[in-house]
Amino acid sequence: MSTRFLTTTAAAALFATTLPAMAEVSCPIKVGVLHSLSGTMAISETTLKDTMEMLVEQQNEKGGVMGCELEAVVVDPASDWPLFAEKARELLTVHEVDVIFGNWTSVSRKSVLPVIEELNGLLFYPVQYEGEESSKNVFYTGAAPNQQAIPATDYFLEELGVEKFALLGTDYVYPRTTNNILESYLKDKGIAEDDIFVNYTPFGHSDWSKIVSDVVALGADGKKVGVISTINGDANVGFYKELAAAGISADDIPVVAFSVGEEELSGLDTTNLVGHLAAWNYFQSADTEANEAWVAAWKARMGEDRVTNDPMEAHYIGFNMWVNAVEQAESTDVDAVRVAMYGQEFPNLTGGTAVMLPNHHLAKPVLIGEIQEDGQFDIISQTEEVPGDAWTDFLPESAVLISDWKDLECGMYNTQTETCVQIKSNY
Amino acid sequence: MSETSLTGSHTRTPLALRFPSVLIFLAVLGLFTLGVTILSEGFGIGVISTSFVKTLGKTLCLCLVALAMDLVWGYCGILSLGHMAFFGLGGYAIGMWLMYERTRLIVVDSLVASELPPTAQEISDGIATQIFGVVGASEFPPVWAFAHSLPIQLAFVVLIPGLFALIFGWLAFRSRVTGVYLSILTQAMTLALSLYLFQNDSGLRGNNGLSGLQNLPSLDAVPQATVSLWFFWGSAFALGAGYLLCAWIVSGKFGSVIRAIRDDEARVRFLGYPVDAFKLFIFTLTAVIAGIAGALYYPQAGIINPTEIAPIASIYLAVWVAIGGRGRLYGAVIGAAFVSLLSTWFTGGQAPDINLGFYTIQWVNWWTVLLGLSFVAVTLFAPKGLGGLVDLIVDRTSPNRHGADLGPDPGALREKEAEK
Amino acid sequence: MLNILRLLTFALAVAAPASAQQADAPIQKVLQEHGDIISKSSRRTIGPAIDALADSGLPAAREVLNRWQAKQMWRNEETGLYVFAEEVDSDTLRIFDVADGMEIGTAPDDDYDQLKPNSGIRGMIGAALVRFQLTDPDPAMRLQALETIARDAEAAHLQTLRGAIETEQDKAIAAAMVRLERLLTIQFAEDDADRIKAIESFAGDLGVDVRATLNPLVRTRLETADAVPETKDVARVLSPASDALPREDAYDLLVSADLAKPRISREDKRAALVANLENGAVAGVQVATLDTEAARDIAYAVLAQQGKVEPVATEAEIDATLDKFVFFERYIAAPPAVALAAASALKSIENKVAVNQGLDLGLDALSLASIYFLAAIGLAITFGVMRVINMAHGEFIMMGAYTGYVVQQIVPDYTLSIIIALPLAFAVTFGAGVAMERLVIRWLYHRPLETLLATFGISIALQQIAKNIFGTQARPLTSPDWLDGSLIINDIVSISYIRIAIFVLALLFLGLILLVMNRTRLGLEVRAVTQNPRMAASMGINPDRINMLTFGFGSGIAGIAGVAIGLYAKVTSEMGSDYIVQSFMTVVVGGVGNIWGTLLGATLVGTLQKGIEFLNPSNTLAAQTYMILFIILFIQFRPRGIIALKGRAAEA
Repeated sequence: MSTRFLTTTAAAALFATTLPAMAEVSCPIKVGVLHSLSGTMAISETTLKDTMEMLVEQQNEKGGVMGCELEAVVVDPASDWPLFAEKARELLTVHEVDVIFGNWTSVSRKSVLPVIEELNGLLFYPVQYEGEESSKNVFYTGAAPNQQAIPATDYFLEELGVEKFALLGTDYVYPRTTNNILESYLKDKGIAEDDIFVNYTPFGHSDWSKIVSDVVALGADGKKVGVISTINGDANVGFYKELAAAGISADDIPVVAFSVGEEELSGLDTTNLVGHLAAWNYFQSADTEANEAWVAAWKARMGEDRVTNDPMEAHYIGFNMWVNAVEQAESTDVDAVRVAMYGQEFPNLTGGTAVMLPNHHLAKPVLIGEIQEDGQFDIISQTEEVPGDAWTDFLPESAVLISDWKDLECGMYNTQTETCVQIKSNY
Repeated sequence: MSETSLTGSHTRTPLALRFPSVLIFLAVLGLFTLGVTILSEGFGIGVISTSFVKTLGKTLCLCLVALAMDLVWGYCGILSLGHMAFFGLGGYAIGMWLMYERTRLIVVDSLVASELPPTAQEISDGIATQIFGVVGASEFPPVWAFAHSLPIQLAFVVLIPGLFALIFGWLAFRSRVTGVYLSILTQAMTLALSLYLFQNDSGLRGNNGLSGLQNLPSLDAVPQATVSLWFFWGSAFALGAGYLLCAWIVSGKFGSVIRAIRDDEARVRFLGYPVDAFKLFIFTLTAVIAGIAGALYYPQAGIINPTEIAPIASIYLAVWVAIGGRGRLYGAVIGAAFVSLLSTWFTGGQAPDINLGFYTIQWVNWWTVLLGLSFVAVTLFAPKGLGGLVDLIVDRTSPNRHGADLGPDPGALREKEAEK
Repeated sequence: MLNILRLLTFALAVAAPASAQQADAPIQKVLQEHGDIISKSSRRTIGPAIDALADSGLPAAREVLNRWQAKQMWRNEETGLYVFAEEVDSDTLRIFDVADGMEIGTAPDDDYDQLKPNSGIRGMIGAALVRFQLTDPDPAMRLQALETIARDAEAAHLQTLRGAIETEQDKAIAAAMVRLERLLTIQFAEDDADRIKAIESFAGDLGVDVRATLNPLVRTRLETADAVPETKDVARVLSPASDALPREDAYDLLVSADLAKPRISREDKRAALVANLENGAVAGVQVATLDTEAARDIAYAVLAQQGKVEPVATEAEIDATLDKFVFFERYIAAPPAVALAAASALKSIENKVAVNQGLDLGLDALSLASIYFLAAIGLAITFGVMRVINMAHGEFIMMGAYTGYVVQQIVPDYTLSIIIALPLAFAVTFGAGVAMERLVIRWLYHRPLETLLATFGISIALQQIAKNIFGTQARPLTSPDWLDGSLIINDIVSISYIRIAIFVLALLFLGLILLVMNRTRLGLEVRAVTQNPRMAASMGINPDRINMLTFGFGSGIAGIAGVAIGLYAKVTSEMGSDYIVQSFMTVVVGGVGNIWGTLLGATLVGTLQKGIEFLNPSNTLAAQTYMILFIILFIQFRPRGIIALKGRAAEA
């Protein structure tokens, strides 16, 4: 009993003495990196871990943050969703990191959310996602549906004159929600329900013959058919192979993909895919000086044959904004940094400036690229900055919701009833 | 073949005394629980972090399901590759209530402020939108019909895996599917179930599964450090109770019969025992135990999704039991605890890399290889598993079973014969 | 600093051109005139620019359109002049004059903006180019023009095409032109009789283009009136509350035509009540009691009586209103005679389409069956002969596929690399199989359950090793050119050559295995060991050797299957586990120890999967679930598979 009493008083004393110091900064500043280094997601996420290490190193070369060295704390959640929650707790309580950069899949983010909110952590999530979520403790630096899916669909409607849509996706939350939003959006645009074909396939699906011939058959009523693909990961290999085998050119049935980037194309022979499309906020082929320097630094570090991609840029922007916010707040305290984040601006690698909005999303330009023979994308369309929207305007239940953590201090605010539905996020 | 010759005692002495291992096990478990409590953040001095308490609590649940696996495989000879599916079903059953209730509280709170009192339909719609919004739906699927009721969902924890196992087992045992056929069939069942749950149409949120389960409804104020200990105690209690139950089952005449089924099913059948009924009972009972273990596990893990049910998980379960030592209850517990904690250690990046000069072995990448190969080695060279070490310490020779089988499989004996 | 650089580059750009650009060439003028919309590069607005170029009659116009389409046109940022350009390296361009294609010199690419027409604009440029291409001496050009027309037909094309047919010499092209001319006639001809004649000529034609042309003609609009009009353009009469016309839709149509009172949604009703909230009560009803729909209905009705809200239709009123009107569909896209002709032509096509879709599904099922057969046959041999469950079988498939990948990295010629890869994959997996049998399985022959687990251990180790060596990203295994594309029987029935090749491969192996099993000494010994190992041993057969060879053989076939599967799908470390359960199912359903059984099993599993996919096209995952459920049930009724071994062998 007496020992316990002693330790508590000691802890309290320690706490009391460190508290004022905490308000400023305790060196080194720890940056948690929560990306899978093993398991199925390793291939995508390892790249992001390397990106974070590179960014931290670059920042340290510039003298760190507020005179402190940055230290990257890397853990491996091994593509195991419950493990993400466990590792997040470990980062926040054992390693006591000041910020976490991490996650790729939506389900891993949903797994981490309760922990981050409980312990008041700070997470930067770099991947395009389905929206319909807003957490006080998460900054979403990837694209929301209105920053990727909607502009790509507009492009299909206006530039390619597509009248009939095949929405093909892997059966999980991102395609489900995105397709749901798109269906509703297309109906608003006057596309009949019969002209929207939706199909879901399992992860790693390989037998695409039936689906591809179904898509071809859609053309039978004389409308131009376009495919919007949210097919994930290696399933794309079989899909594009079958597409090529069926002799479908991008002129007949264009395919726009939301999950196929430079990294994914490196597993494919792209000669038969030239002209098909992808929509992102970043392509390696972007022609700016900042991007040239970024690609060169990446290749120098990782090897000549490595490519850069969209989530890397998201981390690049997110990390730099966080650094600026810490310096502005003169503290690594989560709430102080969070407030300082609003309105942060940082130049995109594709030109223009990204702005952090009060709904924790970025305003970023939307790019549409055509696949080229060398596995790169030719950027054929680039919009102005589009502000990310946490709750889509195209689903009736979500249209009434907005997220504003700055003034309303609510991530799920019902504008009709003018009430805050909930402070915590839905997970 | 009377019961006494097998148990070696004429009078009914208490179970714990007949099997000192039970007593030892319960004592160790009790001490362990006490130790963790003292060292924890919630009630003790805070040496063990909350996340590690959760890991330990989850490990206890895994030990419990390993116990079930040992009963069905090590004692009854049914290599089921589907028990993790029952484990997952238990988790889903409790997860539905946790998720429903937590969301309901949020929705009711938010509707209190509105001008008109909400109708039942509006509340239900609100909950559905919150739960299924992420997977692009806003209506309750029929499987959620009872999600509002804790008692019913708790009953489902037991009933759903139990009924599932009962029907599947009845079909399988009735048509005399045995041995590797049965294993493959259970694996197919598991695959079918996980594929089914992967679909969004299944109504259980597809690939996303149920999440945020660690937040107990209306107990928001209780810190996780405390909640984690509650569950740790619950898991420890369940493991202790499960161990006693299993020990009791395998100790009596019933235990002799199921061991006999394992060793030579046909003979037992000819002796007039309803073999199918015995097998069905054990299969169903272990499924129920697995379901309970799952219901305790997933609120600690925080999220359940179909990947947890994939066939590979059930195979790992068999691996734990085999490494721990089949046919002895503590073996299963040791195996599950040892392998799963070791696995956490290796994949957690704590294990030091080995530099071979030309190549650096990173355990994050090579741990699975090590596990796979060590598994082959255990099967080949140490069929008794880690539990066999206990025999060395106790210096116990194999009991004379008057020609009855020694190992869990018929083959073990034949090998002995061949050696002679 | 930057400014100096910019100045320098500008100076360079000005100094570099070897010959001056013709800034006032007529074609340049046309381009400049439409400079804004060309730079804007949107399909919606680009039309006039393309038309102006095509109609300019300038000799350079065709080349400009061509280069523009090929993304080879650039625009000088300073002067706004257009040039053709080729990239010399990533920063430098070699530029040419648009007027005569003469080289001007090289320039840094910072000064020029590339025109990047998207595929919509490229299509429009293509359509404009048609007039030049249809009479081009190069037959490939003429075919390309036909393709362009088929893709985006315009009324103007009909005349051009009719002109081109008269001069066309090549018979094949002429036939294609005639067909296209008839399709265009249907769409654009003035005279209905011509159109009907063209429509009738297509009766029973399976081409997607035909249906694509006919379907728009039979488009209808839902209309309502007091009585069905006596005109010919009524396609069909619908009764409300039928499947074709749900009751709500019918009523909404009336509401939108102002023929009926509106219905009200729950949300609107709620909003109306809230709007009329006074002192904690709505129309005298206490707010606290308004927590059911029924109570809200009553309150709303009271409000309506008081005239504070619009009255809404009750269910009975809806029914009464619906009874007063008839609903019918009217042809809107073509004159009735043409529409009717199109409808009857479509009907004749539809039946044929259904038959052909069945045929196509059959081909798909056959192809899937052959893939399952290839994946499972090795397993059938090891399982059937040795009663050994090899969970690492899938990993042998993966090893074969990676062997193919590695060979392709060394031998760049795809045909040659496949020829090398097939036997090599067999050799590699044969070796691995023999090694595994010698090292592990031999010791576990009498412990089948433990074999299952030991081979599983090998399986996860192999999978992880593959991941460590090759990474988790899918690796390309590219098929040779002659396997690209599909065998197209008609627009509905087609199958890719790679699938045919896999089918042939499966047949070859079936033949080979039957031959080995039934006609060779080895096969005899294998069968003997299968039926009774002890008896076989006493007859002088060495079961050890037979087991080893059988296992190696089974594994080797898995390796070849791996190459085949990698060619049509993907090569990843996890590809094996995608097939393992299906393979076991195939073997178990077919009946253990019988090659024909495996064949039947594969056919059943493949057909079943495709059949379920056909019934539920929007969810492929469900197809797999139902298939496995079916198999589990199937095994209840035939526990030993379709072809069960009889007698003692079955008991082993």
